[in-house]
Amino acid sequence: MSSIGTGYDLSASTFSPDGRVFQVEYAMKAVENSSTAIGIRCKDGVVFGVEKLVLSKLYEQGSNKRIFNVDRHVGMAVAGLLADARSLSEVAREEASNFRSNYGHNIPLKHLSERVAMYVHAYTLYSAVRPFGCSFILGSYDQDDGPQLYMVDPSGISYGYWGCAIGKAKQAAKTEIEKLQVRILLEPSLRQGKILLNCLICVCYCYQQMKDMTCRELVKEVAKIIYIVHDEVKDKSFELELSWVGEVTNGKHELVPKDVREEAEKYAKDSLEEEDDSDEDNM
Amino acid sequence: MAAYMSAGRSENAFSTHDFVPEWAQEEVSTGTTIMAVEFDGGVVIGADSRTTTGAYIANRVTDKLTPIHDHIFCCRSGSAADTQAVADAVTYQLGFHSIELDEPPLVQTAANLFQQMCYRYREELMAGIIVAGWDKRRGGQVYTVPMGGMIVRQPVSVGGSGSSYIYGFMDSNYKPGMTKEECLHFCTQALALAMERDGSSGGVARLAAITEEGLERRVVLGHQLPKFSNT
Repeated sequence: MSSIGTGYDLSASTFSPDGRVFQVEYAMKAVENSSTAIGIRCKDGVVFGVEKLVLSKLYEQGSNKRIFNVDRHVGMAVAGLLADARSLSEVAREEASNFRSNYGHNIPLKHLSERVAMYVHAYTLYSAVRPFGCSFILGSYDQDDGPQLYMVDPSGISYGYWGCAIGKAKQAAKTEIEKLQVRILLEPSLRQGKILLNCLICVCYCYQQMKDMTCRELVKEVAKIIYIVHDEVKDKSFELELSWVGEVTNGKHELVPKDVREEAEKYAKDSLEEEDDSDEDNM
Repeated sequence: MAAYMSAGRSENAFSTHDFVPEWAQEEVSTGTTIMAVEFDGGVVIGADSRTTTGAYIANRVTDKLTPIHDHIFCCRSGSAADTQAVADAVTYQLGFHSIELDEPPLVQTAANLFQQMCYRYREELMAGIIVAGWDKRRGGQVYTVPMGGMIVRQPVSVGGSGSSYIYGFMDSNYKPGMTKEECLHFCTQALALAMERDGSSGGVARLAAITEEGLERRVVLGHQLPKFSNT
């Protein structure tokens, strides 16, 4: 639904006649140009997956991170203009650190995401500055609140999610996330050619299922989703960045260990091949 | 006017005038006995009710148990002015923080706010505070913030000038796992003993029990306090 707002899109301090702030919408388009990042919340933690497009073979592997540590128990996955995202990660770090310094305990994620969202929103009010051209997903795990997942977009709004995706393949990724458990349920019946009619019941059952997964199971599914939504034709090679925070890491947000990542990537590649094979059978 | 409290120090830099009595030149102090005890499901706090300026008892029915939030209280000892000012500031900060977070504040947060102020202004302040209350995450908690601005969580804590006389009683009579009534009884006895021996503590014993349901306040009047000697 893109439209050109000629004349009303020169600064963030101008509304268009139909009530839109075009600068903010353009900022969101900048996010859509970037590669995909997803975050999913499960029973005992949160997993992030980022499709990091490799623009040059000369890049050192593992550099140019898209997932940041904001506090010991909070991680942040970004999409959009990376420089903007890095500066926001510093803002988030300061907020979390000041909170701990003033109040003596871990910052609740809802509060952190509201504070950073407020900061992002401030840049959508004035013509002297431009809005931030990045969206980010914040995830945390804490003994008392459990796993939490919030997403902030350039308009300065923050929502809590069970699973969300940002970046160029966000629609496809969201569909995959919703399908996550349906596929598991439907797999055996599909092979027999049955069709499940009541999708609504499935989706509800899905959310029940997603909430029951552990981090270890979810890491593989996240890797698979990134592999599925990656466009082999338009984009070349990519590096998969995976991180998690939950019971499995004792509440510490960190990049997934090498062996777990390799296992997840193997699972993802194998499932993709399987799907290709099953397509052939149907033909 | 220098107010001077339970520590028993005189810091009078002002010269004495004949037309103002000495006690009017002393600082108003809550030379005091305060205490707090954790139990499963809440805390019991207690304090005496005497405020002195020198040897004169300025208020014999003081309430040293100050509410900071619905389920969080503080017991004040030291300079009356200093502790009231700090308590007011923390009440404001905690109220704001609670609204921002949209949930009741943690006792630990309140204690940390006290600690930060007491440490930052340690040279100017004379305040020994016990922060106690109930929150959903960790139940009943007692944090002591003595003069100087340290903070430590303890299952039972005493403070003020009268506390020196009841450390032995506390150590020998406190048992973990007491019920609310046992804690109230324990506090009453401890306060009575301290009030008996410490000149800067006396009046009535004020007690409060804070649980999830809310607050229950009690007053034990002078003649109702337990007596420990035969004379």
